Amino acid sequence: MKLSKKNVLGIRDLSKEDINLILDTAESFVEVSTRTIKKVPTLRGKTIINFFIEASTRTRTSFEIAGKRLSADTVNISATSSSMIKGETLTDTAKTLEAMNPDIIVIRHSAVGAPHMLARLIKQSIINAGDGAHEHPTQALLDMLTIRNKKGKIAGLKIAIVGDIAHSRVARSNILGLTLMGAQVTVCGPAMMMPRDVEKMGVSVTYTMEEAIKDADIIMMLRIQLERQNENLFPSDREYAQNYCLTDRNIQRAKADVLVMHPGPINRGVEIAPDIADGVKSLILKQVTNGVAVRMALLYLLAGGE
Amino acid sequence: MKLLLRGGRVIDPSQNIDAELDILVENGKIASLDNNISIQEDDTDKITTLDCTNVIIVPGLIDMHTHLREPGHEYKETVQSGASAAIAGGFTSIACMPNTNPVNDNRSVTEFILKQARHADMAHIYPVAAISKGSDGTILTEFGDLKNAGTVAFSDDGQPVTNSLLMRSALEYGYSLDMPIISHCEEMSLSAGGSMNEGFVSTELGLKGIPAIAEDIMVERDISLAEYTNTSVHIAHVSTIGSVRAIREAKQRGIRVTSETAPHYFTLTDDAVREFSTNTKVYPPLRSEKDMEAIQEGLQDGTIDAIASDHAPHSSIEKDVEFEYAASGIIGLETSLSLSLKLVDNGIISLNQLIEKMSTSPARILRIRKGTLSVGADADITVIDQHKTWTVNVNDFCSKSRNCPFHGWNLKGKAVITIVGGVIKYKEI
Repeated sequence: MKLSKKNVLGIRDLSKEDINLILDTAESFVEVSTRTIKKVPTLRGKTIINFFIEASTRTRTSFEIAGKRLSADTVNISATSSSMIKGETLTDTAKTLEAMNPDIIVIRHSAVGAPHMLARLIKQSIINAGDGAHEHPTQALLDMLTIRNKKGKIAGLKIAIVGDIAHSRVARSNILGLTLMGAQVTVCGPAMMMPRDVEKMGVSVTYTMEEAIKDADIIMMLRIQLERQNENLFPSDREYAQNYCLTDRNIQRAKADVLVMHPGPINRGVEIAPDIADGVKSLILKQVTNGVAVRMALLYLLAGGE
Repeated sequence: MKLLLRGGRVIDPSQNIDAELDILVENGKIASLDNNISIQEDDTDKITTLDCTNVIIVPGLIDMHTHLREPGHEYKETVQSGASAAIAGGFTSIACMPNTNPVNDNRSVTEFILKQARHADMAHIYPVAAISKGSDGTILTEFGDLKNAGTVAFSDDGQPVTNSLLMRSALEYGYSLDMPIISHCEEMSLSAGGSMNEGFVSTELGLKGIPAIAEDIMVERDISLAEYTNTSVHIAHVSTIGSVRAIREAKQRGIRVTSETAPHYFTLTDDAVREFSTNTKVYPPLRSEKDMEAIQEGLQDGTIDAIASDHAPHSSIEKDVEFEYAASGIIGLETSLSLSLKLVDNGIISLNQLIEKMSTSPARILRIRKGTLSVGADADITVIDQHKTWTVNVNDFCSKSRNCPFHGWNLKGKAVITIVGGVIKYKEI
């Protein structure tokens, strides 16, 4: 089995079969990370460049560990260490990297479409590790792996995504992936955080937490970027928390077996109360663990796979 | 030097003519417009005869909204290259916007542009000067002095005039001097940071959107100002259903508002942005299907008076970058006519309406003595082959820039001869 695409630019480009293949492959890699010697020789001799033009800790570390556990040589380039701060364009930097013959380039960029631009320019496989508010396909894949693992399925589940939907690439990729896999997705947040015509993406929209979580099997909380207060997206973190923070109080109105996810990093007490984040219903750290497996699966499917 | 255009279908909305006629050009003017113009034997050597059977002869086309980038950004376009692109596209006259560096906000810049235009000796160039000094929206420029220097209109194009008092003064002073004011309508607090139309496509792409209301609100303001002050206003690059509705209603109430749109607004929608090609990034942005239909209806019922390309050249330096960082603009001088002819082919407007919108009306709005083939007028003539098919190739453009989303498109209809002041400046038959 192989992926239908050379690049993983977004969930939009993937088929249901692709997603199942990635999740099944990831399932088999979960075990590798539990061994004492956490390394397999699968990608020995392959070079992976982690090209992170936007700051990232967890995603970059996750990709680096994934590459290393597959025995690939991984190189990290961050915004401050790249020549882009000297004024080099993305196009020129990309061509320079291409000339060094890596096998896969993983890119994170604050500008929408940057991975797509790279994919048009260079011959290597590109993995999008997040482009602006557009897509974050590996996050959605690790979320789907976590959900499938805990609930045994994705199809038919009711999933609430709560927070700043408009500015969230995690929300976009998850909406695309979860609806494709047959889940019912509800998005929730104040209207200023709802992108125009979002219901056309096949989701229900609600503006109250109560409504969003009452039938949910999974509640996915999004990180609030506190600096967006300056854009009048919300009056204050206190006000936001009063309406949209997932707490002990409102989760009691949800199903007994509801599970809680968050892509991290979390703002404790803003979008999620500490006792929920650290509680028994929380899958937050499980998501991080599965992130390594999903990224191993993608690297394997794109660079090895034969 | 005499020219005889023989056997063509002449369409001249300024004289209500649509007939097979010959045109005789003498000393740069239209000398005769008649059936079977006969020439005397001893004249035959001195006359160049152009066989115009099966083609259309119209008053020289006028593009009332272009950016020629000179002075200041000569690597994108110059008056010379822009004027060459104009004649290749069938335009005998073009107006150029003042957002150069320095801004065309004083006599010396206007005179410089006109000097470069004379030097280029291609299409007529009509400079549009800034409404405010430096186009920074604070102090009016010297309208009277600029008019005497050769400016035809005032606009802070590229920037809206956010200060309503300044806009009121501009409308009043422009009206006093019988000079048109061209308004770039944008409510900046709503458009800031956006790089495409706000709608379902921007939602899917995660790009910050520019809502249609950012345009609508300013169009409504300018209409209110024109009504209150009993003056006139011209709305540039109309792109939304709301603007079309507001202008239509204002015209019905007798307010002197005129408007233009650009071919990309009646040809493309925001769907074109999906591939992240920066050549689809333009201001105002490509809108929704509904907006595009409204623009077409506006052209049909006369709400939109003119088609102007908003030719906005940018080099690869500004365009070969991430979508959000790319400059906005599409070049249009060499595709405008062909894209507009599609409207005729699709039965949306008549050929007569097309010529009106691309020659007669722009001349009227800019108050220039152009846009007519009447005897005695300047011999600015465009010959169009309505059936000629061609493939857009940006590498063949006369423009210095390549930022065109129509590269590779197969189009039907093209200007085949462009005559400026009785001189053939462009010919491909």
